[in-house]
Amino acid sequence: MVHSGTNQRVQNCGSCRSLESVIRVLVIIPAFNEASTLPAVLATLRDRCPDYDVVVVDDGSTDDTAGIARSTGVTVLTLPYNLGIGGALRTGFRYAVAQNYDAAVQVDADGQHDPGLISQLVDQLDHADFAVGTRFSTGTANYEVGRTRRFAMRTLELTVRLLTGRRYTDTSSGFRAFNRDVLRYFALTYPSEYMESVEALVNASYQGFRIVEVPIDMQARAGGEPSNMHAKLAYHYVRVIATLLVRAQRRTGVAAPVQPVMGVSA
Amino acid sequence: MIAPPAGLAPVFAVRSTDHVAGLDDFGTMTPRAHAFVIFATVVCIIFILRLVRRHGLRSKYSLLWLSLGVLLAALGVFPGLLVAASRLVGIYYPPATFLAFAVGFLFLVVIHFSWELSRLEERTRILAESSALLGAEVARLREAVDREAAGDQELEGTGAS
Repeated sequence: MVHSGTNQRVQNCGSCRSLESVIRVLVIIPAFNEASTLPAVLATLRDRCPDYDVVVVDDGSTDDTAGIARSTGVTVLTLPYNLGIGGALRTGFRYAVAQNYDAAVQVDADGQHDPGLISQLVDQLDHADFAVGTRFSTGTANYEVGRTRRFAMRTLELTVRLLTGRRYTDTSSGFRAFNRDVLRYFALTYPSEYMESVEALVNASYQGFRIVEVPIDMQARAGGEPSNMHAKLAYHYVRVIATLLVRAQRRTGVAAPVQPVMGVSA
Repeated sequence: MIAPPAGLAPVFAVRSTDHVAGLDDFGTMTPRAHAFVIFATVVCIIFILRLVRRHGLRSKYSLLWLSLGVLLAALGVFPGLLVAASRLVGIYYPPATFLAFAVGFLFLVVIHFSWELSRLEERTRILAESSALLGAEVARLREAVDREAAGDQELEGTGAS
């Protein structure tokens, strides 16, 4: 099987402002059966951020997610079986580290993150290590959640506040930017279980990384049901909160040294 | 495991029912029960040996289960050992000693397996990730090779004309 598609990699971009023109940025898109929404996301990315490289992590999809992504010329990492969002992300982080990127941005494949806002996140990396696009910070937030779920989220928020000594408005955001140090740290340690972003946030906080939140308006999800509180979700909330409390550490002021990653071409 | 099901109890039955059961009486079994315990233990040991010989078990687990088999065999052949052990730890009813230790042992084994499973899952995850990274790398290299080959052919074509 010979791939005839060419990798379009535009690395120099004269039109880009400040930070973006000097650093190499990778957009990581974890995708599990997103063949229907992925083309639009990739097209928008190509239009709005032509200077960023894109890697799609195909998390064991059973549809043509990988084929569709590959046909647009982006790099595709195909996992042999479904690892869940955490595993797909870690694969992306390992790729970013192995390919020596300066920064990476995580974007959902379902189109709920506006690729046009990526630069807002990346811009934060000149004074932060880790930028999180949050849903609730703005007064004009147009993202609605159910009441029970809101209660669970509040409880989780409180736990995180207790452990990090800081208030985060949205701990489960999947729209985030990472600098090189955070990438190296996450390439080794990114948690794999459901709601991994909370654990990742707390761990990054223990490591002493500078974390900023950026208010972002989310777009309505192209598909998927509204957030009802299912028993399974409740279980995950309880599990995450318990795990966080059991693994509680003293916060460190300085970023701890991180071991190098064995990447593919590192 | 050899822990007797409720229906088969009492394996450690006293031989005479007309006198009050004293501590020492638990050391004796009916010949039938004794034979059964020994038979069951032997079956267990043979089963473990077969697994080990066919490389179905890592040797660390072989050692674990084989020593357990030997222990069970010793208890089966000499039930007095269990009585002595019970006396040592101060438990009046020897079968309770057996069950307590069995439950404790199984608890530790299960905890160990949970840990081992977590470790193995983490390893398979890392392998899967590496496979995805290598796949992309191979695709990239193959593309480069193909391009180079195409370039060579073009050169040959111009040279011949």
